[in-house]
Amino acid sequence: MGVLSFLFSSSLGRKLVMAVTGIALIAFLLVHCLINAMVLLNDGGQTFNEAARFMAENPFIRISEILLFVGFLLHIAQGLYLTFDNRKRRAAKYTGNPGNANSKWYSRSMGFLGTIILIFLVLHLKHFWVVSRFHAPHALGEITYANGDTMENLFLEMASVFTNPIAVVIYVLGCFSLAYHLLHGFSSAFQTFGVNHKSYTPIIASVGAAFSIIVPLIFAIIPVVMHFGIIK
Amino acid sequence: MNINLKVWRQRNQNSEGRFEEYKVQASPDMSFLEMFDVLNEQLIEDGKDPVAFDHDCREGICGMCSMVINGRPHGPKQGVTTCQLHMRSFSEGDTIVVEPWRANAFPVIKDLSVNRGAFDRIIASGGYVSVNTGNAVDANSILIPKEVADEAFEAATCIGCGACVSACKNASAMLFVGAKVTQLSMLPQGQPERQARVVAMVNQMDAEGFGACTNTGACAAECPKQIPLSVIANLNREYYKAKLNGK
Repeated sequence: MGVLSFLFSSSLGRKLVMAVTGIALIAFLLVHCLINAMVLLNDGGQTFNEAARFMAENPFIRISEILLFVGFLLHIAQGLYLTFDNRKRRAAKYTGNPGNANSKWYSRSMGFLGTIILIFLVLHLKHFWVVSRFHAPHALGEITYANGDTMENLFLEMASVFTNPIAVVIYVLGCFSLAYHLLHGFSSAFQTFGVNHKSYTPIIASVGAAFSIIVPLIFAIIPVVMHFGIIK
Repeated sequence: MNINLKVWRQRNQNSEGRFEEYKVQASPDMSFLEMFDVLNEQLIEDGKDPVAFDHDCREGICGMCSMVINGRPHGPKQGVTTCQLHMRSFSEGDTIVVEPWRANAFPVIKDLSVNRGAFDRIIASGGYVSVNTGNAVDANSILIPKEVADEAFEAATCIGCGACVSACKNASAMLFVGAKVTQLSMLPQGQPERQARVVAMVNQMDAEGFGACTNTGACAAECPKQIPLSVIANLNREYYKAKLNGK
């Protein structure tokens, strides 16, 4: 552990932890988003429910889930530590305010955006993850499709959660925070890894911007279309 | 032109500071520091304490001047130091807020003058190359490709003024340390101490109480020498490599 202790003691080590866990969480978001997008196929949730069953039963996915939790905890703990510690480094504050003249507001607000995402995450896990993993088997109700396959109906759970307009608003706000968090975080992680190059950096920035808009947009569309009954 | 100033006055490191308001008649062709010279002459004539501020060469290369003007280190212009900022960048009747660099690692000595000794201690911890003394070595005995020399020189233009720390919301010194580490790690003369240097400088930077970098880019945007953010990426690479080698 001695050789890795800098990850929790030095300023550069701490930000490496933020970047590595951040990229891991981005990879998770991509998988999550692809599965959610299956809801939009509008096939009564069959493809989505099949994918959800695969995710719940595949041992590789279940092990990855534990790693994902470790990643989340490290990212949250280290992020909160850095936010509060960095704030203490300037005890006397400035009176003059440069506004957005030298940096983007969301780059300066990662701790705040992250906290909103954390609050959303707790609610989100309670809505779906806890229900699908820990409740008694078949608590969600089962559905049998035309091909004879019977499985838990997570799609129905989504439809019932999103009948509540407050839940829809919270989910959309969570996606907004996620979009701005990613807009800084995606390219910032590469800068932390030491990737800053006149040809590659603009590509990373464009891919990052596209990811930050498309992924949260797909996430945000689902509660809205389910609430208004466009997808049933 | 008539300028209203709100200037930070602080007797010493331990006393409480406050803003004081002054009116100054300045010419648009004056530099910002010359406008302060006019203010100080006025204050001395009135039997008051002149405003303490750092300055030396007044041609943008010494790195002594350090004023946060309307919330921005070295004022609103890009790529200039306070001494090269002219009053024509402001308008008649403007109220200008002038503060010192604010960071725990840069304690105020008096008024607008801060102690930047932390930078000196970071340099002393590893920002140098060790050479044997004796006859001067011929400048061309070590061949360095032009593009490498150019990139090292770009980093070497850092004047160590501390605007990066002053602009950063975390009061982080990574643009400064990144510039020094980049300059020395690119050149053959810097190789023997390359890995020990970066670890020692980062340790000293952390010990001085600077914050951690969160890649907002404010430092590079405000740097009067326009040191690019890529020096911080390079600092990260150098540091992680040294750490993986057990330094």
